[in-house]
Amino acid sequence: MSNKDAYWNKTKNHMIVTLVLWAFFSLVIFMFGSELNTMSFLGYPLAYYMTAQGSLLAFVIILFWTANKQEKIDEEHGFSEREDD
Amino acid sequence: MFKGDFIKNLPKIYGTYTGGFIVFIILMAIAEQAGVSAKNIGVMFVAFTVLIYALIGYLSRTIQVDAYYVAGRQVPTVFNGMATAADWMSGASFVALAGGVYFGGYTYMAFLVGWTGGYVLVATLMAPYLRKFGCYTVPDFIGTRYGGNLVRACAVFVLFIASFTYVTAQINATGTIASRALGIPFEAGVWVGLISILICSMLGGMRAVTWTQVAQYIVLIIAYLIPVFWISSNVGGGIFPHLMLGDEVARLGELEQQFGLVKNSAADMKAAGVPGGLKYISGTHSGVPEGGMAVWKYLSLAICMMVGTASLPHILMRYFTTPSVRAARKSVAWSLFFIFLLYSSAPMLATLSKLALMDPNLPTGIIGKSISEVQSIEWVQRWSEVKQVFIADFNGDGILQLNEWFMRGDVVVLATPEVAGLPFVISGLVFAGGMAAAMSTADGLVLAISNALSHDIYYKIIDPKADTAKRLLVARVLLVIIGAAGAYIASFRLTSILGSVAWAFDFAMSGLFFPLVLGVWWKRATRAGAIAGIVAGIVSGTLYLLWVFPKFSVPIFGGVNTPFLGIDHLRFGLIGAPICLVVMVVVSLMTKEPSPAVQKMVDDTRIPTGKAILGKQH
Repeated sequence: MSNKDAYWNKTKNHMIVTLVLWAFFSLVIFMFGSELNTMSFLGYPLAYYMTAQGSLLAFVIILFWTANKQEKIDEEHGFSEREDD
Repeated sequence: MFKGDFIKNLPKIYGTYTGGFIVFIILMAIAEQAGVSAKNIGVMFVAFTVLIYALIGYLSRTIQVDAYYVAGRQVPTVFNGMATAADWMSGASFVALAGGVYFGGYTYMAFLVGWTGGYVLVATLMAPYLRKFGCYTVPDFIGTRYGGNLVRACAVFVLFIASFTYVTAQINATGTIASRALGIPFEAGVWVGLISILICSMLGGMRAVTWTQVAQYIVLIIAYLIPVFWISSNVGGGIFPHLMLGDEVARLGELEQQFGLVKNSAADMKAAGVPGGLKYISGTHSGVPEGGMAVWKYLSLAICMMVGTASLPHILMRYFTTPSVRAARKSVAWSLFFIFLLYSSAPMLATLSKLALMDPNLPTGIIGKSISEVQSIEWVQRWSEVKQVFIADFNGDGILQLNEWFMRGDVVVLATPEVAGLPFVISGLVFAGGMAAAMSTADGLVLAISNALSHDIYYKIIDPKADTAKRLLVARVLLVIIGAAGAYIASFRLTSILGSVAWAFDFAMSGLFFPLVLGVWWKRATRAGAIAGIVAGIVSGTLYLLWVFPKFSVPIFGGVNTPFLGIDHLRFGLIGAPICLVVMVVVSLMTKEPSPAVQKMVDDTRIPTGKAILGKQH
């Protein structure tokens, strides 16, 4: 397998992991909204908290994490861009 | 003056600008104390900020194609994040989001998840690859990847429908805010708004829009957050509402029980003469509605908004302006961070505002008080005059019940500072913020449409030999025409016919999402597949919208149709996008696989390093 293919396979897997996390915070937890709302976080009902703030924050964290991870994959395979930004 | 040094000096420049804006707010506060009228303070806030944007727009003028289309691809990560956040958060987000949460509670907040979660799709599936490709516009990618003028034109068509639906709503919002702040008629406000928008974008294209959007973000976020924190400490919500409103949310639940959530009948509301567009609280604030259909309604709305976000050209094109592929990825993360600052505050503002009106223990509470007493409150009188709030004593007991208080959603943002006893300078600041939010989104949208028409239709299809001067002239003329057309339609106030901003997301997801994703992630996708997919997606989505939306279905199909599986007019992308996918895959597999040259192009797109597919100037 060429370096390019190996790179693309890793990138693809990384994409899938990211999208699984995304689906968890955007869809899966809201399938159980009424169950989650019986629990509480910071004094808020949990499902309310997640839709008002929690999932949004999770997306921000996922995005920074996924960008850093992808940069590592770039480096490993020598596709890292020059530091020019 | 806008080269090299300018980029290095950006933090200093915008730091000074922010400091200057805060000094301006303080001066206005002093002016208010000195007796300057509330109206004049509003005028000064809007006029001062719009003049600054116009100045930035003028200083960013350019005669270069890549500066005009992609800001010379030198916008640093964090600044592009701010610009995208301003591009994204519309006048509607600014003035109506908190109101939506106020009335809709948990169910409405599917929009919050949808409008933020979509950025994960942008970052993983689209932005870095489109940046590597080196396109000027979204149809430029589709036209080059699949090859040919027809597929390019199809992409422009979808872009046009989606963005134009959106832009009239934005110009409408600009007009509304300009007319309220400046005290001029709505129709005049629309044209004032349009001129402000054009000054920011016409001379410098994407470069000018970028630097004004950063300035607009700073104004709008200050204008949103200061009132939220201030109101919170005024009504006893604590200094950091985001972490401290748990008790208040629980208290709202108790108050809902105490007052009872009553649904008014349409006949009662009509008899009482409730003005159109005003709503009352009939659902719970934090409770989750029971049942599978409620869950599906929530999820389906979130899906449409997320996938739509990842297909909206005016957002995707912001990531064409970064210096590198990795900067594009990081920039998506920063964008969402800046959006998060406002979106996570909207539910807090809604909670505080609701509590201020509902809690009888607070001096601001009105529910449960006598109606004559409530009608003598100054802000109630002022907003009643302009038909933004309304009282209907259905049971005739002279006491204001929860279901007897009607209000327009915008009032939550525009009037809560007043209700909670903040000085007027804050209301002036909110006007400036709303204006910034509406203008920045309208700028981005008008530019997305006119760039697609000038680059993809005029230059790529009609006159490929046109020189730079002619191309930029055409781009600017189209910008004015699109802006004027949007303003002309907005001035009729056809919002009830033009429908919801959500439609723009559904149109974009129906026609663009899969052609964009598969263009990068599936080498086997062919030109015929893309054309068939785009056409099938947008046509089926649009037909379904006509069938399901009563204002269309009654004249066309002669009746009201029950939405299929709960997919109503806000969610019609759920019909269009899957059809687009299936048709695109089937037709691609039936046609000959793309040439080795095209496959190599896709391979190169996937690697961050190396030359862009399209040249720096093309």
